[in-house]
Amino acid sequence: MADISLSGAPQNVDGIQASYMAQVQRRRLYGGLTLLIFVVLMVSGFNVADDRNAGGFWDGLHQIGDYPADVLSEAWEKRADLPALIAKYFPALVETINIAAVSTLIGAIGGLFLSLLGTRGLAKWPRLIPLFRRISDIMRAVPEIVIALVLIFVLGGGPVPAMIAIAIHTAGALAKMFSEVSENTDLKAVEGLASTGATWSQRMLLGVLPQVAPNYVSYTLLRFEINIRASAILGFVGAGGLGYELRNSMAWGPGRFDEAAAIFILLFGTIVFFDQVSSRYRNRLTEGQGQ
Amino acid sequence: MTTIDLDATKFEAEKLFQRKRLIGFGIPAVIAVYFVYIFFAFDLPGLAGRANMENAVTLASDSWSHKVHVTRDNRSGEITYAVEGERKGRYPEGQRPDWVTGDDAIIIDLGREHIVRYLPDNRTEIEIPGFQLIEAQAEGRTVTTNLPDDLPDWISASDRRVGITTPEGRITLTGARTEVFNYFPGWELFWFTLDSPYYGQSLATILFGDQIDPARGNITGAISDWWNNAMWRHKDVAWAIGETILMAFLGTMGAAIIALPLGFLAAKRFSPFMLVRAATRRLFDFVRGVDALIWTVVLARAFGPGPLTGALAILITDTGTFGKIFSEALENVDQKQIEGVASTGAKPLQRYRFGVIPQIVPVLLAQILYFLESNTRSATIIGAITGGGIGLMLTQAIQTQKDWEEVAYYIVLIIAMVMFMDWFSGWLRGKLIGRKD
Repeated sequence: MADISLSGAPQNVDGIQASYMAQVQRRRLYGGLTLLIFVVLMVSGFNVADDRNAGGFWDGLHQIGDYPADVLSEAWEKRADLPALIAKYFPALVETINIAAVSTLIGAIGGLFLSLLGTRGLAKWPRLIPLFRRISDIMRAVPEIVIALVLIFVLGGGPVPAMIAIAIHTAGALAKMFSEVSENTDLKAVEGLASTGATWSQRMLLGVLPQVAPNYVSYTLLRFEINIRASAILGFVGAGGLGYELRNSMAWGPGRFDEAAAIFILLFGTIVFFDQVSSRYRNRLTEGQGQ
Repeated sequence: MTTIDLDATKFEAEKLFQRKRLIGFGIPAVIAVYFVYIFFAFDLPGLAGRANMENAVTLASDSWSHKVHVTRDNRSGEITYAVEGERKGRYPEGQRPDWVTGDDAIIIDLGREHIVRYLPDNRTEIEIPGFQLIEAQAEGRTVTTNLPDDLPDWISASDRRVGITTPEGRITLTGARTEVFNYFPGWELFWFTLDSPYYGQSLATILFGDQIDPARGNITGAISDWWNNAMWRHKDVAWAIGETILMAFLGTMGAAIIALPLGFLAAKRFSPFMLVRAATRRLFDFVRGVDALIWTVVLARAFGPGPLTGALAILITDTGTFGKIFSEALENVDQKQIEGVASTGAKPLQRYRFGVIPQIVPVLLAQILYFLESNTRSATIIGAITGGGIGLMLTQAIQTQKDWEEVAYYIVLIIAMVMFMDWFSGWLRGKLIGRKD
């Protein structure tokens, strides 16, 4: 109130109300326009996507259930074989999980270095901070499939191309998340260590890592969840593991739907299992920090 | 403090130290053991045997260079000149590269005194410095040469096929045809194909020079010829990138629109019925757990390949993720603001609109925009599976295993696209909810 009377203009309630209403109207207009543009974009985008799709949306809508129903009914008929099939595909599942785990580990180690070298105050070579940031930006921007496909051409199919591809992307993605955390570290510990003559790696290991470890581990676990999905998808383009088996069994078509069903079950179970486990640990890590 | 107390504390401290030491050495040791297991499980020792270094070399050299094929059909005697050996890159009738001369005997100068001569009657002469003159005669399905038995490793010869690889180019001879590949750096025909009148014209000529094609203005003609370039297919590539971004946009926004009301159902504060809450949460877990891969496979059966299928797969998966995030955000809203709105006599819907939504909008927008960027990458991958967008073009280009310069072009475009979306979503977030720092 004091501000308004100080501004000098003669203010009465009507004037304030009128200007407030005008403001509200303008806001509503802008809000409405934004909404309108958004709706137009959504509708036209949907129509374009529908046009360019092989089958139409409305024709396909009632067929959504057909394929799952076929798979489920065939799997149900052969339900006696299901445990054997699950056992048969279990090694492929292990491979998928291994790809995800190794690439998460390698990616986390790479991301750790990239983030420490790219954070102000912690970097070993402060002048090279922009370089390391750009490197991690580019590593993050490359979709896994690009590297995987190129490496499959050179190295042949199998888990290694997928592992390298996911690790590269993970290193970039984690470097960004890690450096957001390490920007907020308390530099006192680092300075204290520096005063005792500690080297850069000692300062990082003893001064920074203990501060950021809970958050780092939490992000790494989150990434592991994402990477399990990614490694299954990359399998589908020929990089081994469960996705590869899924593509093969789908190529067989009807008659082998029981195998597809077994793989679906394995994949679904794995993803849900690791989601639950990792979210429980992540909650514990982040809560533990608050205390 | 007594000595006994101190001893106990010291003992505790020592135990703590020991545990830390154990963890400090144990975790790296476990990781190292795991890596050793992976080393054998993934058969890394055998990888060197399986790896095809020749492919790697082709890939590395082809991605930044192009080759021009000079092909003689040994049955008809016809000679064709084509960039990358493609029909679309063929030189028009009566034209040929300037390093080819001669009429009866075609002389191909590969550079640095590597010379190939196509002589009449399907004879070929190849001059390579430091090596004897190679003469070859194609007859029916066989090739006879004067090559000695003891061959250097850059020549492979049988009576059906002779292959010669030099730093200046490659020559293959079979009974049916004789081919010379001459390599040049750069992406040839990136702007205009050979049949376009603008090929070989400089930018200044096109912009300010005389009219080149009498039927069209220079700039419109040049743009249309570039846009419809049959070798690089700029139009299709632009459409494919548009499709990929469209998939990400439709999927992310659609998921957010569906997940918002469902998020209310799953939040404890707004959904009094335990059963509804639990059911919604399980639904979120289910669609998230099935994962985009399986949704893509299932939806592709119903809708066929294309961008719509990809968009729907992203939509369904992200509905689960968004639902979970939104319901968690809704649990954490401040009750005071809702009470304040309620005290003015607001009805439930108004209470949600003015009491709840303003509180969660920043969280919502930040998440949606973050996913928009991340889904651009997913859409590339899903496109490769379901057949839409730039992902499909990339897989096709890689599977044909010859157009590596196109692969390189697509990779550059994909990275640029993802970085653009990253920048764009960050910019929009800054505009809408203010910068974080």
